[in-house]
Order: sequence, then structure tokens, then C-alpha cells
Amino acid sequence: MRASRLDGVLVLAGFLLVWQGLYMLVGGDVVPSPSSAIVRAAALLRSANFWKDAASTGQAFVLACAIGIAGGACIGFVLGSSRFATEVADPILGTIYSIPKITLYPIILLVFGLTLSAKVAFGVIHGIFPVIIATMAALRNVSPVHRRTARALRLSWGATIATVLAPAALPEVFTGIRIGVAVTLLGTLLAELFASSSGVGFALIRAMEIHNVVDIFALVLLIFLFAAAINGLLHILERKLRRHA
Amino acid sequence: MREAGGHIEARGLTKVFRGAPGGKGIHALGPLDLDVRSGEFFSIVGPSGCGKSTLLDTLAGLSSPTGGTVACNGVPLAGRVPDGIGVVFQQDASFAWLDVWDNVAFGLRRRGLAASEISRRVEYALSFMGLAAFAKSYPAQLSGGMRQRVCIARTLVLEPSIMLLDEPFAALDQQTRLLMGDELLRIWRDTGATIVLITHALDEATMLSDRIGLMSARPGRFIDIVSTHWPRERDSRIVSDRRFGDITARLWTNLRAESLRAIGSGAAQE
Repeated sequence: MRASRLDGVLVLAGFLLVWQGLYMLVGGDVVPSPSSAIVRAAALLRSANFWKDAASTGQAFVLACAIGIAGGACIGFVLGSSRFATEVADPILGTIYSIPKITLYPIILLVFGLTLSAKVAFGVIHGIFPVIIATMAALRNVSPVHRRTARALRLSWGATIATVLAPAALPEVFTGIRIGVAVTLLGTLLAELFASSSGVGFALIRAMEIHNVVDIFALVLLIFLFAAAINGLLHILERKLRRHA
Repeated sequence: MREAGGHIEARGLTKVFRGAPGGKGIHALGPLDLDVRSGEFFSIVGPSGCGKSTLLDTLAGLSSPTGGTVACNGVPLAGRVPDGIGVVFQQDASFAWLDVWDNVAFGLRRRGLAASEISRRVEYALSFMGLAAFAKSYPAQLSGGMRQRVCIARTLVLEPSIMLLDEPFAALDQQTRLLMGDELLRIWRDTGATIVLITHALDEATMLSDRIGLMSARPGRFIDIVSTHWPRERDSRIVSDRRFGDITARLWTNLRAESLRAIGSGAAQE
């Protein structure tokens, strides 16, 4: 535990050193100093405008996560419950997952316009596939002896899913959820970067348009910290789920 | 009140697994007849791949026969595990996400028993199986033998009249197998259940059983039924009985020929 904390401190120190080196190498017009970006990030955290943007991004992100996780888990469970459906769906999903989603954004804009729904939809199409694929794989990997035990205990189909398959698959499904949440954040921010009228991504593109490098780095730093915090939290939950596996 | 041991009857039992389209099916089992008497300890031995586990699945109702009939307590099986049958598998079937207490209580909860009755039965089973001190432990914290005991306890609390065990001690070391054999005999005596045990180990079958059914190479049929005539009050020390060696030798004489036949047919297929 102490070693992993030390590792974290060393990685952070290395990151700040590289950043400071880049600043000294290319100058403040391209890369601001870490201290100025950190000070600006702290100032942003105290500004009402930032929190308005954060609330807009947060709302889209939470909705996209909820739809992506619930939808992905349900679709994954339905497809994963049948070997035939799994064999048919697996290559199709793999192909769709590998398509750059950004090519779909014009279609989403045509359907939803510059609205919250467009951001949510773009977040969902990023996040839902890892959840579907992980859920299907998790069900496929449930030990056959657990399925036979459920039959030997004369469980109904519903009870088998609720009390045996779902808990057996949960740790692996959660890995998909963790990846899904990360790419949902990516999708939501991408939507705001390309066409939006609010959100942290929109604030970032505004800063880029006026070449405010300190704001750009401060916003990127805040996004990075948020993503790291979410990922860390999900890692802890995943470890707890896998504790007895 | 626990039910008295049930009896099993199989008549003309046959199992053929469908092969790939256009290919030949695999004739795994039979036709065979089997009568396991109420309260009897019956073991089944045979060469690898002779259909022992297929037979157990069919007797349990986990698999439907291609031909013939199976009846438990006179009631024909209808494609599902009937009430009163408990099955213990060779592989670790404990649920990793539940502690020992909840693992053992699992089947009882699904059957909607009152909490007090669940508690009574689980406490008894944990104590009976020497697991009381591990009630709050998770399977990952237990040895293989203890996890198998959890699975046996989970079956035991359902108070089955027939227990079907598919090589439950296969993954255990020899000492633990002997001790688990003693525990199984104790369960059998105390519960009055009928036990059908699938095993590879001839000494285990000889030590535990009232009768031993020896199966042929695939398709599995009974080629010998050996009665041990052991007293009901027995334990692993019976291995020092003079007749123990005679019975094991008789089993091995027949099994050796069948095993060579099984290896030969396997090699021929390759």
C-alpha cells in the first residue's frame, strides 16, 4: 500500500517535471508553467461560469452513463444468455465498436440538434459497447458447474439469473462498466468540443479559439483530475467486488 | 422430518449425444438397467469416458435419456431434477460471492422456508460438517476440501432422500479423501439417505459402498455388480479388512480389461 502511494507520488512528480521542462523548452505561449495552470484551475473552481459548464457536462455525462450502463448490461445479458446470439453478435459488435464514433456525430446533430440529448446520445454510443461486450463475455465465462447447480437446486429461469448468473458475472461486467464510464466521458466531451453551446468541452474550445493557453491547460488539468477520480473510485469498487472471487 | 432414503430405478436407459450435422452421434450409455435400493450406498466405477457422469446426470434429471426410463421413488423423471434429490459435483460449485453461511442457506432461501427453520438447518449442517468456525469466511479463504464440504452441506440442508455425488473428492489429496469418506459414511448413516457415488478410485468405492456397479467402456453398461457386505457401522479403517483387498482386486481385474479396451478404442479413433 505504502509502495503504491510512493509510486503515485513519483509518477506525479515526474509528470510535473516533464511539464516544467516543456514550459522551459517551448515557452509560455505554447505550454504554460505548471504553477500558473494550477493557480488558474483553482480560480476556475471558484468561478460560477465554470460550475455552470461543469453542471452541463455533468448532467450529460450522468445521463449517458445511466443509459449506457443499464442498456449495455440488459443487451449484454440478453445476447450473452444464448450461445447462438453471442456467436452472431460478437463480431458485429466488435466491428461497430472499432468504427470511429466521431463520424456519427453529424447524424446525431441532425437528429437531436444542439441539445443536451445530442451530448447524451454521443456519450451513450461511446460507453454502451464496452458494457455489452463485457457482459456477454462475463456470462459466457460463468462456470458451467454454477449453471448445473442452479438446475440441481431447481431454480426458475428468473432466479437463476438473479441469484447465480448476475452475481457470478458482476465482477467482469464491472470491468466493462469502468471502461464504459471512461469512454462515455470522452464521448460527452467530444460532443461539446465539436458542436455544443455549453459544457466544459465547449469552454475548452472557447479557450482554444482565443488562444488562452493557461485556460486550456487549467481545464485539461481539471478534466484529467475528474477522470482520474472517477476511475479511481470505480477501481476501488471493482477491487471490492473481486475480493472474494 | 427427514424423508427415508429413496430408491432409483432405471430401465433400458440409453444416451446418445448428437454429433455434428452429417456426422455420427456418440453412443455414451446403455442400454442399462439399475436398481438402487432405499438407504443403500451405491458406487459406480468404470474406465474414463465410459459415461459415469452422463449416467449420474440422467439419474438426477439434469439430462434426458435418449431411450428408456428413470424413476425416483416410483415417479418417472420428467426432464427436471425432482424434489428429494441432492447433487454434489466434482468441480467446486460454491458461490464465491457468498460466505459459507449464505452458501449453505442458498437452496433453503430459494424454497421460501421460514428464517428460523433456515437458521436451524444451516447451524446444524455447519456444525455437522465442521464448518461452524468458518461461517463468515468466503470460499476463496477455504481449502479445496472445505469448499467441497460447503457444497455437501448446501445439499445436506435440503434433506434429500437421494444424494448423487459425482466424484466429489477427486480434487483432494489421499488423506483428505479418506477423512471425507468417513464424513460421508457418517452423513449416510445419520440421514438414512440413499447415496449414489461416482468415483475413479476403487479403494474409495470399496470402502464406502454396500454395492459397487462396474461399468464397461463406452457405451457404458454394468458388467459387474459387487456386494461388499460391510456392516452399516464402518469407517475408513475397513481398508485393513482382509476382504477389502479381494473386492478391490476383483474390481481391478475387470476394470483393467475395460480400461485397455477404452484406451484402444480411443487410439483407434485418433
